[in-house]
Amino acid sequence: MNDISTLGRRGFLGTAAAVAGGFSLGWTVPGGAQVAHAANSPAVAAGGLEVGIWAVVHPDDRVVVRIARSEMGQGTLTGLAQLVADEMDADWSKVEAEYIAPEVNLASKRAWGDMSTGGSRGIRASVEYVRKGGAAAKAMLVQAAASQWGVPVGECAASEGVVTHRPSGRTLRYGQLAAAAAKLPVPADVVVKQPSEWKIIGKGVKRLDTVEKLSGKLVYAIDLQLPEMLNASIAQCPVFGGKIGSFDAAKVMDMPGVRHVLRVDDSTIAVVADKWWQAQSALKALPIVWDEGANANVDSASIAKHLESGLDAKEAFVGLKQGDAAAALGTAAKKVEAVYGTPFLNHATLEPMTCTAKWDGTTIGVWVSSQNGDASLAAAAEAAGVKLDQVRVHKHHLGGGFGRRGKQDYVRQAVLIAKQVPGRPVKMIWSREEDMQHGFYRPITMAKMQAGLDAQGNLVALHARLSGQSILAHLFPQRIAGGADPVQFQGWNKEEFGYQAIPNVLIDHAMRNTHVPVGFWRGVNHNQNAIYMECFLDEVAHAAGRDPLDFRLGLMGQMPKLRAVMQAAADRAEYRKKLPEGVFRGICANYGFGSYTAAVAEVSVSKAGELKIHRIVAATDCGYAVNPDQIAAQVEGSFVYGLSALFSSENTVAKGRIVEGNFDTYEVMKLDQMPVVETVLVPSGGFWGGVGEPTIAVAAPAVLNAIFAATGKRIRTLPLKHHDLSHA
Amino acid sequence: MIKLNVNGRVHEVDAPADTPLLWVLREWVGLTGSKYGCGVAVCGACAVHMDGDVARSCGIMLGDVGDAKIVTIEGLSADGLSHPVQKAWLAHEVPQCGYCQSGQIMAAAALLKATAKPTDADIDAAMTNICRCGTYQRVRAAIHTAAKSGAA
Repeated sequence: MNDISTLGRRGFLGTAAAVAGGFSLGWTVPGGAQVAHAANSPAVAAGGLEVGIWAVVHPDDRVVVRIARSEMGQGTLTGLAQLVADEMDADWSKVEAEYIAPEVNLASKRAWGDMSTGGSRGIRASVEYVRKGGAAAKAMLVQAAASQWGVPVGECAASEGVVTHRPSGRTLRYGQLAAAAAKLPVPADVVVKQPSEWKIIGKGVKRLDTVEKLSGKLVYAIDLQLPEMLNASIAQCPVFGGKIGSFDAAKVMDMPGVRHVLRVDDSTIAVVADKWWQAQSALKALPIVWDEGANANVDSASIAKHLESGLDAKEAFVGLKQGDAAAALGTAAKKVEAVYGTPFLNHATLEPMTCTAKWDGTTIGVWVSSQNGDASLAAAAEAAGVKLDQVRVHKHHLGGGFGRRGKQDYVRQAVLIAKQVPGRPVKMIWSREEDMQHGFYRPITMAKMQAGLDAQGNLVALHARLSGQSILAHLFPQRIAGGADPVQFQGWNKEEFGYQAIPNVLIDHAMRNTHVPVGFWRGVNHNQNAIYMECFLDEVAHAAGRDPLDFRLGLMGQMPKLRAVMQAAADRAEYRKKLPEGVFRGICANYGFGSYTAAVAEVSVSKAGELKIHRIVAATDCGYAVNPDQIAAQVEGSFVYGLSALFSSENTVAKGRIVEGNFDTYEVMKLDQMPVVETVLVPSGGFWGGVGEPTIAVAAPAVLNAIFAATGKRIRTLPLKHHDLSHA
Repeated sequence: MIKLNVNGRVHEVDAPADTPLLWVLREWVGLTGSKYGCGVAVCGACAVHMDGDVARSCGIMLGDVGDAKIVTIEGLSADGLSHPVQKAWLAHEVPQCGYCQSGQIMAAAALLKATAKPTDADIDAAMTNICRCGTYQRVRAAIHTAAKSGAA
């Protein structure tokens, strides 16, 4: 969940130059130089006035905040609106939001900044310029009021959408000032508020996008209906890297509604019909012969062997090195060793990949739920073979993203289909099976963990050897540095590793790639790295005869905020108090995406092996907390994502293809498995951390460590459904 | 032509009898609030009411609906907000991405109609819809709130 354009490898390189030319960096923020006004802004079309570039003010006082990032459930849209509205001193009850169109951003030298929505960066990477945008709008409104009254600006103050002339008590509402304010130059130098002055930032205000999600009225990309619209369903070669052999279109052309059977690219076939159900029915009946290629021989067992070969391989890329771990392990009084592993995982957004495209001979329009509007625009231009300014991107809210919709493969396909059906919009919807079997999976990895204790039980050496697949090698080979993938070491690099007090540390990676496409899966490599490290440290603490919390706290000297957040979780969970008979604790911590997280799990495991999670306490220090209620929602949801992966989710490979085709075999957590999650927010201020992803990393290790406490069993491979937790 | 009673209106639908109700609703009737998530009646995103009982519309064929009265999320309340479940959902800020919520709300409304004061175990048994964002904790809390307000 990183970075901009995620076209195919060749596609990305081919478009990069064009993108760099069009999207000149160093954009003008917050509109110091006047930028092109957003011609297609719904708020402007409805009579609103642009006060700067981030806010449109209606005469009736409604304030519409422009949003460049994507809303996929994580609450970023509301959080960004809070940031702008607070600096504006707007009346929150009158605040709305609208997306800025990618082509408008492009034409304005990307005045609204990066549209990429991943890496838990939606707020933290926007915060400086959107706040300045809000402050600029306020300055313009206050100036407009002062000019109207003929008084010095310094005598005027703004609050909740009203400017007051303090000496006289006269007031003007923002709606009354908008027309005059909109004509003023956007001030280049504005000062944002101090945290103590915030009124909307830090409040658990209601989301702006809830109401239409309760009535079925929200139009997701899959719900779009346009005049003359056709629908498409696609089939891609089930073996990654395979191609179309042949297909017999004549066999299905007479089926109801069928219009076209198309070759989309070398490995993709589409049926286009009046309705999607007709397209899907015909696709199922279409005789297809795939040229599966050499990858058809690959299966989970051969991939496992491939990874195992990396655990002791001589060649490995070093992620973190301090002291001499090998030597220290050699002389340690006691050694602990364990091998861990985690499987491929599909994102499984509940709305499958969907995109509508329309080619009118000059412009290509796409209607899409995307995590990156800029990348969707670039992908559409490349697929259509047109210039960037010939693309129109209509952003829809996402029915789940989790990193999957940063990739633009489905946009490319929709455009390739539309180009073959000019003049009519075509909505392409992937079936669930297509979605499940053509993802960009969380990479499969293993880890061999070794620790050395001295005679006093102090941890003096740690070697973590990762073996497995690299995301960058698949998605961004140009970002591989000297052969290594720096993303592989998330949580374990110099900036993030929590246990730098260990004198001798070696963390390295034997890259073992497979033919299975991999990508940024919510939480990315933190997820499995945290399982390996946090479960293994639990093993080491046990071997040292130390309490797992005290053991960790003693190693966190260089990371005081991580130590504090772990302490906060422990305090709320009353860690030092005895639990009821049969209930056991597990604890863990992690630092990622700019935030500190820790969790305590309380579980019981029956003699027969039935697991029950009684309680989760999850602490987060994200620096500044923009919306505490939405942060809690992300923390709760992170446990569902993380515990689904712990309990039951996995993608396996047979004959070169992904075996699991739907939610009947790719099992995810349901409500009856949901533990009570208590969110403990300990925002220490001074920085802006992410919240959409960091907590996932601590979900599984806390529960696994509690399972050990309850059963004496160390579970080192996921998912849990393959393990017997029964105990004497 | 097959007659279909949806949200109190009878539609004449020109679709084959073996078309799943979900796709009839979405593509023939034009009501897209019921969502496609799995197509195999596992995820619950397509849930509707059929004569008052919750039903997963992707697994029901048009020809099998007969005279049954179908209610979709669009027909749950006149304004899309005033059903006690919708109110409770708003109060608890349940939705994240929102894609599964039509189905969650329809399942919850049917549960409360059958069981006015559901226990946690009742909720566990009835609410088997998949939410990938992970709103389950708030779904549970909102059902209890709706029950207190007298949803049935």
